[in-house]
Amino acid sequence: MKTEKVKKRSMAGDIWRRLLRNKMAVVGLVILFLLVISAIFADVIADYDSKVVAQNVVERLQGPSAEHWFGTDEFGRDIFARIIHGGRVSLVVGLVSISVSLVVGGCLGAFAGFYGGKVDNIIMRIMDIFLAIPSILLAITIVAALGTNLINVMIAIGISYIPTFARIVRAAVMGVKDQEFVESARAIGASNATIIFREVIPNCMAPIIVQATLSVAGAILSTASLSFIGLGVQPPSPEWGAMLSSGRNFLRDAMHLTLFPGLAIVITILALNLLGDGLRDALDPRLKQ
Amino acid sequence: MSDILLEVRDLKKYFQTPAGTLHAVDGLSFKLERGKTLGVVGESGCGKSTTGRAILRLHEPTSGEVIFEGRDITKISAKEMQKLRSEMQIIFQDPFASLNPRKSVSEIIGEPFRLHKVYKTKAEKNRRVLELMELVGLSERLVNTYPHELDGGRRQRIGIARALAMNPKFIVCDEPVSALDVSIQAQILNLLKDLQKELGLTYMFITHDLSVVNYFSDEIVVMYLGQVVEHAESEALFAHPTHPYTKALLSAIPVPSLGAKKERILLKGEITSPINPKPGCRFAPRCEYAKECCFEQSPELKETVQGHHVACHFSNVF
Repeated sequence: MKTEKVKKRSMAGDIWRRLLRNKMAVVGLVILFLLVISAIFADVIADYDSKVVAQNVVERLQGPSAEHWFGTDEFGRDIFARIIHGGRVSLVVGLVSISVSLVVGGCLGAFAGFYGGKVDNIIMRIMDIFLAIPSILLAITIVAALGTNLINVMIAIGISYIPTFARIVRAAVMGVKDQEFVESARAIGASNATIIFREVIPNCMAPIIVQATLSVAGAILSTASLSFIGLGVQPPSPEWGAMLSSGRNFLRDAMHLTLFPGLAIVITILALNLLGDGLRDALDPRLKQ
Repeated sequence: MSDILLEVRDLKKYFQTPAGTLHAVDGLSFKLERGKTLGVVGESGCGKSTTGRAILRLHEPTSGEVIFEGRDITKISAKEMQKLRSEMQIIFQDPFASLNPRKSVSEIIGEPFRLHKVYKTKAEKNRRVLELMELVGLSERLVNTYPHELDGGRRQRIGIARALAMNPKFIVCDEPVSALDVSIQAQILNLLKDLQKELGLTYMFITHDLSVVNYFSDEIVVMYLGQVVEHAESEALFAHPTHPYTKALLSAIPVPSLGAKKERILLKGEITSPINPKPGCRFAPRCEYAKECCFEQSPELKETVQGHHVACHFSNVF
């Protein structure tokens, strides 16, 4: 028998095509791509020891020039090099902390939504307690308790985003778990864990992906905020928030000290938000053509 | 002694609702022979689907026994039940909701094999998936498509293939054709009949469509508010309906003939609430023959003629 080859049209392919139709999302995607590339090749672009941390007081507080694209800071360090290396910190913290909260919060939310009743009540009331505390305050408390270093910053931000994911995933799971295909999975002998991870979660991906994208932006901002108040990355390591913080003393005479790190934060978060919005539209099956 | 595959004894399923206890299935008993089809009919909300799900323990029964091949499956552990699920399957009503939209046809049909670890190699599994697809009349080229690309009839065939995957002995068909076009309905019904002959399946066929059930079943159970009101062989039921509710139901079947004059029995009122039902015959408030005793005492399911059971105080009068 002659079998006809049929091209496998995957869901992911459809979503990708719809995403690319959205111009703003593509802009966000391109910016993010550049950021990731520059973070990966930061050492090639600017040497860490000689340019990023080495002080050169002779060249302090210079404005943007051909040699120093974004000028130099109060210790004569190249701001462009520091921003590129600072991007590494931001992206790593953003991705790691959100991954942590996604996994922990996602599982909690999935169990709460799937089992309902007492399990749901206990988990969600604990999440409510977390939500009642402003996330930045929670992060400050955790960092203050654990000590200031990059890992603790990631833990702190990761914990402060857990309730958000728990809520989103719970709502999505509750919408999916009563559908007949879940029952049919049970009918063929699937266990609860199999049902949650193979049947329910894949159908909840849309809101989770969108929330994750937007939360990475929030996490980057939180890292910058923590560093700004001195609880994040410690000098002389470059970090956008820390650069803003130390540059604000020179705001009147040398505004490029704060302008460029500020712009870096704004552009990164804008890009993530554009992408998040684009994903939300692309993942919405109602917009399917 | 005939070969009983499934026996249900006094099956009850209550749901707790804010308004009170909902008696979805209330004391249901029947026996089902191997290779036969039991039709379950009744109007919406009378507990037909709940019965099917309670028998498969998709809803845990509140009380009662479900004896499958001599074993009471309401008492066995969840682990054992998972294994037993390959013997008893269900085909769902809505082929649009019962298939995971994120999985391809081959993944859906192959899922039981993955869960029960039947085949070691992918090739073996794929061969069996294609076999099943051929069995239910699905073209081989659809193997990598997703449910949303297919029409209702094809989707229902996927559901049937999945139910057949583990060679079950007993299948609950929960209104398998009511979501389909009439022309497709006939195809699916014929498919189910052919499969029964070929594989020796036993069906419990849940439906509200009496013409379908007549074509399909050996025996029919008529349900009203979670209880059996009449249970008889298919021909006997259609020839001599005894319970007033069954009479009203049968009179509602359209007759495809122009000159035919028919007397419709129109039921008054609405179905009584199944929440905290009062004692007495549940059909009494809508029954035109209801006497005082009907409101006071629940009628037992009695055998009037050989194999014909009716739950009515006046079954010998009618």
